[in-house]
Amino acid sequence: METVSRHYRIPLPALAAATLALVMVALAFVFFVAPNDAVLGFSQRIFYFHVSIAFTAYACFGAGAWKALRHLWKRDPRADLESYVAVHQGVIFGVLVLITGSIWAKYTWGHWWVWSEDELVLFLVLFLFYAAYFMLRFSVDPGPQRANFSAVYALFGVVLVPVSFLAIRLAKTFLHPVIFTRHGANIGGWMLVTYCLTQPAVLLLAYTLYRVELAGKSIDARLRELRLA
Amino acid sequence: MTYAADVGALARKDLLLELRARDTLPAMLLFVVATFVVFHFALPAHSSQLAASGLLWVAILFTALLGLGRAFVPEREQRVLDGLVLAPCDRSAIWLAKSIATLAFLGAAELVALPVFALFFHGIGGATVAGVVLADLGICAVGTFLGAMAVVTRARDLLLPLLFLPLAIPIVVGGVGATVAGSPGRYLAFLALYDALFGVLCWASFEYVVTE
Amino acid sequence: MTTAEKYVTAAYCVIFAVVLVYVVLIALKLNRLEREVQALERREPKPAEDERETISVG
Repeated sequence: METVSRHYRIPLPALAAATLALVMVALAFVFFVAPNDAVLGFSQRIFYFHVSIAFTAYACFGAGAWKALRHLWKRDPRADLESYVAVHQGVIFGVLVLITGSIWAKYTWGHWWVWSEDELVLFLVLFLFYAAYFMLRFSVDPGPQRANFSAVYALFGVVLVPVSFLAIRLAKTFLHPVIFTRHGANIGGWMLVTYCLTQPAVLLLAYTLYRVELAGKSIDARLRELRLA
Repeated sequence: MTYAADVGALARKDLLLELRARDTLPAMLLFVVATFVVFHFALPAHSSQLAASGLLWVAILFTALLGLGRAFVPEREQRVLDGLVLAPCDRSAIWLAKSIATLAFLGAAELVALPVFALFFHGIGGATVAGVVLADLGICAVGTFLGAMAVVTRARDLLLPLLFLPLAIPIVVGGVGATVAGSPGRYLAFLALYDALFGVLCWASFEYVVTE
Repeated sequence: MTTAEKYVTAAYCVIFAVVLVYVVLIALKLNRLEREVQALERREPKPAEDERETISVG
């Protein structure tokens, strides 16, 4: 296995510090600057991070698929590991979406789970799908075959996201005749500013974790090399 | 040899094997009928027809899984796949031929299963049949692809349902929609879209499953 | 504290806890790996030389 690690322009400690600062500022905005929503009141503050995390999870799955494509197409030796780490991040953020969405559902409808929330159901499907990704990956010995299997499966994932979303929307018409609506909250002013802060903060957090995890993996590879030597 | 001839030869090999050994099809038939009987007892006495329609799709999915799990077993046992990969044909032909063979088994099982369902529960409309046909295409395309991956892993039979079921959720949605909805057109279109998208994806990427 | 405030706080605490646990786990792993690599690197030259000697003799 090649242990070439990419050289990044921004050093990891600086990245971590920037992430911490941005997340703090975003949190301060969420709790002290953003006004209460006219309909949802205080509870809408969950959404700033909930939506940001959901978008970040999609971005991670997308990045994983992009790296998978790089592996299959260009035979980039680092792409397999990067794809795996990106998908791994996506699953962690996906679980956070499920937890925060569940808390919001409990507050709004009194149940920990509602099938009428498209996004929650989609993340449940994606969670099952990507959990199987790990099962697949750890059921094959490390090597080119495992890299290929993981890459192909990650590509299936990005096709599954829109198809599942469409399916869940379609299913509603026969599963839930009564549709809950979220009262299209008009987002503007300080709410928009807050969201524009939380979204990059969470994306940056995901990127930092991705870099840290990759650093760990490259040390791991180096260790294996030293042991073999 | 042309692509079509390759696919035809490979699919014929699978069908001939099944005719001689009769491994898969009887098992699928028995399984699907047994499932219907279990469903009869699982449904409460006065449950709606809709519930039975939903269960039809569960039965189809699990019957397909039974067949798909067997699809690449002969290849593994005789190490045929290594030879096929070395043969001077396009690798996607292997997938296409195997999909056609599993489609034939699943179709044959459904030829019996659908009338039995109508006998046990309630009649089946044309939209349901169209839905079943379209769903079969998707099930066999994706299932065969995943089966080829699962068969070389350590977990083998355990892995295929885990890989396949999340991907099959859209098929179930389209199928159940075509069965129970008043205007099944959009659900059938959705199934066709699924088949086209995943069919192309499987066809384009199968090469990476069998080569390094 | 109103119910809404409780739920929002709970949600953010959960996010924080999950990220914290994840970071701590990675940090612990990184630390362990770093130590092992250093230990191996310090030990490495000697056995390598011994090996080369035995090969050249045999």
